[in-house]
Amino acid sequence: MKYKMELTAEQKAILEGSKGETLAKVMESLVRYGELFGATEMVPISSKYNHLVTSFGLKALGPVYELMDKLLEAGAPSGQKFTVDPKPLDKNVPSNIAQDVVFKFFMYSRQKDYEKQLADLGLLSDNAFTCTCYMDEVGNKPGYGEVLSWSESSAVVYANSVLGARCNRNSGIIDLMGSVIGYVPKFGLLTDEGRKADWIVEVKTSKKPEAQLLGSAIGMKVMEDVPFVRGLDKWLGNELDDEACTYLKDFGAATASNGAVGLYHVEGLTPEAVKLGESLIKPDAKTYVIDDAELERVYREYPVIWKDKDAKPKLCFMGCPHMSLQQLKDWTDKVEAGLKKSGAKKVGIPTVFTAAPAVLEEFGRTPYAARLKATGVITSYICPLMYMNNPLSEKMPVITSSNKLRTYTSARYYTDDEILDQITKGGK
Amino acid sequence: MRAFKGRVVVPGRVAAEVLVSRQGLNTLASFQKALQFGDKKATCGDQNNSDLYGKQMAGKALCLPQTIGSTTGGLVIYCACSMGRQPACMLFSKPIDSLAAAGTVLADVWLDNVKMPVIDSLGDEFLEYVQDGMNVVVQEDGNILVG
Repeated sequence: MKYKMELTAEQKAILEGSKGETLAKVMESLVRYGELFGATEMVPISSKYNHLVTSFGLKALGPVYELMDKLLEAGAPSGQKFTVDPKPLDKNVPSNIAQDVVFKFFMYSRQKDYEKQLADLGLLSDNAFTCTCYMDEVGNKPGYGEVLSWSESSAVVYANSVLGARCNRNSGIIDLMGSVIGYVPKFGLLTDEGRKADWIVEVKTSKKPEAQLLGSAIGMKVMEDVPFVRGLDKWLGNELDDEACTYLKDFGAATASNGAVGLYHVEGLTPEAVKLGESLIKPDAKTYVIDDAELERVYREYPVIWKDKDAKPKLCFMGCPHMSLQQLKDWTDKVEAGLKKSGAKKVGIPTVFTAAPAVLEEFGRTPYAARLKATGVITSYICPLMYMNNPLSEKMPVITSSNKLRTYTSARYYTDDEILDQITKGGK
Repeated sequence: MRAFKGRVVVPGRVAAEVLVSRQGLNTLASFQKALQFGDKKATCGDQNNSDLYGKQMAGKALCLPQTIGSTTGGLVIYCACSMGRQPACMLFSKPIDSLAAAGTVLADVWLDNVKMPVIDSLGDEFLEYVQDGMNVVVQEDGNILVG
């Protein structure tokens, strides 16, 4: 097969088999993938670590594990150490016997073997399972302008937008292959032109918009395009502090799951918007105005796919993507205050807050951990999506303020305030 | 019969019965149950896709705008191909998205004896014209005949 891409002598040699058939196929996969999007060259990955999306030993993905074995047999582990998405199982999270059997023996029956594969391929540590690898406590935080080979959609949009790194919305396996070969095809969000905004989004709400709803509205409108958001710095300020970063984490995940956004700019706040300003906006950019009524419309149009729409929730998940340390602390205060107000001692719905193992360890060193435990809230490193993504869990009435979890599962969305109300008043 | 011309993503010739998703195909939601529980027909399990839910996808000429959803989507297409539960071909009205591109290229490069022709950029008119049950013939050069 002939390729249009201009490859270096080294890349061409690999493609022609100088490092064996397996690496030749890895290079061919990346070149063909890139050419479909107009890539003209392969560029070196410059981040210290990679991040992989496939964290689960799902029986259905057997052929993927066989492909990983081929890479290992060919002596082609990842060229970088990597973090990986969260584990699908945690005994701390409530489940019934039927769920336990389905999880362990049918769905995730290959979990143990797969974790061994990950270790052999270059897993950073036993604690490296999270979708928020960019948290300070985890340590996989790329710098401005660094080129990545990631694929987890919420991490890609955060790295591009909040950190100013450069990464396309890749698929699983492509992420690993980039790391194996050391190069990724240059197209889309790796180029200056691909990072320019197709949309101007004017935020004109009367109060700070819910991050998840705002992201959802923008994702549904712009799909895979790049939005330049105006008016949000009024609510978030002009500094990327913990509060702003947490907000943008949840906002971005919603843009990426309700649409396919891989990069957004926030005027006066995100690094490229600060540096380049309005020059980031394409001359023919369209405009989308978001006010209170628009957010209300988006919320009201979310489908509720519970069989019994009035069912009492059996579980509440918070933390998709995983919560930040500050978020865990803030929610501890909120839950305590809510319980005090309602006169209850513990949450009335089994509630799970999820975060990266390293964030949970750090949280455990603070006085907040004991206070949160006293409210009955459970903390876990689990991936709520993986818990929900099966026929048994999808019949459960589960509530969440995560738009991503709502989009991919039967979980029902409520705003943060509504969630707090429900869990502290017992689901009434 | 009507003719359409698109871009060849994975070359090949095939004739098959049309199955249409007017909305983006959520790959993980559509295929997961079929791959998990040994359904050789690859019955679509995505309750949010009223066009496809409950219908056999394996062996059909799957016509769609793009794929959507989890970035595991490429893996899922690769696995469906490896297990022999893939559509006969995938025909995209829009330029292919990065997830479907990854999955279909990986299947073509890494799997022997699996051929799933993929054509993209067939245009909105193509997706408006095709209906479930029609027949399609896909040519090596990206030309297709539907009727």
